[in-house]
Amino acid sequence: MSVISPPEQSHSASAVPTQPKPTAASRRESRDGWILISPTFLIVAVIIILPVLWNVVLAFQSVSLLQVRTNGIFGNFTLDNFTSVFTDPDFWASLGTTTVYSIAATVGSIVVGLIAALVLRKPFPGRGLVRACMLLPYVAPVVAATFVVKVMLDPQSGIINYWGTTILGWNQPINFLGTKPFALLTVIAFEIWRYFPFAFLFLTARLLAVPGDIEEAADVDGATPWQSFRFVLLPQLLPVIGVIAVLRMIMTFNKFDDVYLLTGGAAGTEVSAVRVIDTLNTDFDIGGAAAQALALSAVLALFLLVYLRISRRKGMDV
Amino acid sequence: MDAATVQRRTFGVLRWVSIVVFVLITVGPFYYMVMLSFVPVSELLQNPGQLWIPFSDLQFDAYRAVLRPVSDGGQGFLSFMANSAMVAVATVVVTLAVSVLGAYAVARMKFRGREKVSSTLLAVYLFPAVVLAGPLYIAFSYLGLTSSLVGVTIVYVALTVPVSVHMLRGHFESIPVSVEEAAVIDGCSRWKMLRHVTLPLSTPAIMSTGLYIFMIAWNEFLFALLFLTANRDKWTVSLALSQLTNGIEVPKTILMAGSVILTVPIVVLYGIAERTLTEGLTSGADKG
Repeated sequence: MSVISPPEQSHSASAVPTQPKPTAASRRESRDGWILISPTFLIVAVIIILPVLWNVVLAFQSVSLLQVRTNGIFGNFTLDNFTSVFTDPDFWASLGTTTVYSIAATVGSIVVGLIAALVLRKPFPGRGLVRACMLLPYVAPVVAATFVVKVMLDPQSGIINYWGTTILGWNQPINFLGTKPFALLTVIAFEIWRYFPFAFLFLTARLLAVPGDIEEAADVDGATPWQSFRFVLLPQLLPVIGVIAVLRMIMTFNKFDDVYLLTGGAAGTEVSAVRVIDTLNTDFDIGGAAAQALALSAVLALFLLVYLRISRRKGMDV
Repeated sequence: MDAATVQRRTFGVLRWVSIVVFVLITVGPFYYMVMLSFVPVSELLQNPGQLWIPFSDLQFDAYRAVLRPVSDGGQGFLSFMANSAMVAVATVVVTLAVSVLGAYAVARMKFRGREKVSSTLLAVYLFPAVVLAGPLYIAFSYLGLTSSLVGVTIVYVALTVPVSVHMLRGHFESIPVSVEEAAVIDGCSRWKMLRHVTLPLSTPAIMSTGLYIFMIAWNEFLFALLFLTANRDKWTVSLALSQLTNGIEVPKTILMAGSVILTVPIVVLYGIAERTLTEGLTSGADKG
């Protein structure tokens, strides 16, 4: 589970003088600031930044788990991992799958989240409860959520196939998670279901801040509800939608557990993250996993740059 | 009737249809999960379309089978729940201790490199866990920290500190500076002020951040899978549930009972803190 709010307007950035004079007090404040931030910094540096850098080294080594223990950290540099990873058509196939999966899930979850935010915008009795329910798929543990979906979609005893064959007149049960076009579609639908609440949450918060009078004015001017949404409300929401889109893209591109738990990467759903973990956990090929992870990081860095661009252009501090 | 009226009526109907559909798709699967966990397996196979069971037919066999210790022929989920709870509580305590200080520094103090630190934290937060998996796996097995709850706790702390700092920072920035200045004028040192003024004012925000961290740690799957799979005694509930489908066929009702056990603590906590949690997560979004 992962959340981050779109960047905030900084209160402090404007307050910082352009040329601070180093006085004793400001030096002390600087020192105290570092004392307070140092535990955070230390943990993040040791457990996240260092491994990410080490991953780069590993990508250029031909190592299995046992060899690292005997050979130490450095040595045996080679490009073998990259040649074997990049010449493997399965790698490119999985990159393609990941792209389709991420884009479809991102767009879908934003559209569904927007609809949810709009239909729950005006108050009605019980709205608070309905709103709270919207977040269930998002807060529920991923293992439990995937299991109930698997049980519901089971070809033999699942309720969806039961309804499909008895009510909708399907000729035979559909193996949603085990056959080719269905598996990827199901995994995307699951991702939309699980993450539309994320978009819903942020769009609802943004809608609260839209001044009511501009829509009233549009109404008075004879705009239809669709026109007033399209030309008045949507432009107000676009910046937040942009931020959500980049965040969801980043998160989904590297998503591991959902696909792993639903299909294990079978039937055309092998996304890159699942491939990396399989290389590591099943083949024990650390170098190969690292090389693929590095390729993923490169794509991610690109997204991050886009994200920083967007938030800069909006004059926000990240 | 003009176009506007037609649209208004259509949207009015569509709105209610959508609300019903949304409730069905969000609550439905969880209702189904709970229902199946109380049904005998034979019932499910005979009547897969069933959506309701009379109270008198409720069966608790699946829960007994899941919770009983392995020595008793069960799945031993009670001890897995204890593992999950220990890991999650330890993660909450350590992460909060670290990130309260970090967030305060980023929110209130001017130090060299502050902007760099806060954008690094954001980038780190968005960095994929799968990239960390390999290196951390080697390093931790070298240090003998795989197959240990301490190992996963360390990883969970690192994974939750950035988002926790981010949430608390938003809160600290919302406390008026004047409150703190008043304390300083009254002769408080910065540390005293932090302890006696800022932290008491922040209790709700710290609680909701803590709940969010708890949820992440309780739900986490990837590192539990990598580190703990080999050692059954150390499994968390998430991992144990995922491992139920490996090996001998386990009845669906037992899977669902395990899923309910995994989900209930999260839903209860979420129910308690829903309001503050959603506010904490979206703080700043309204300024968009």
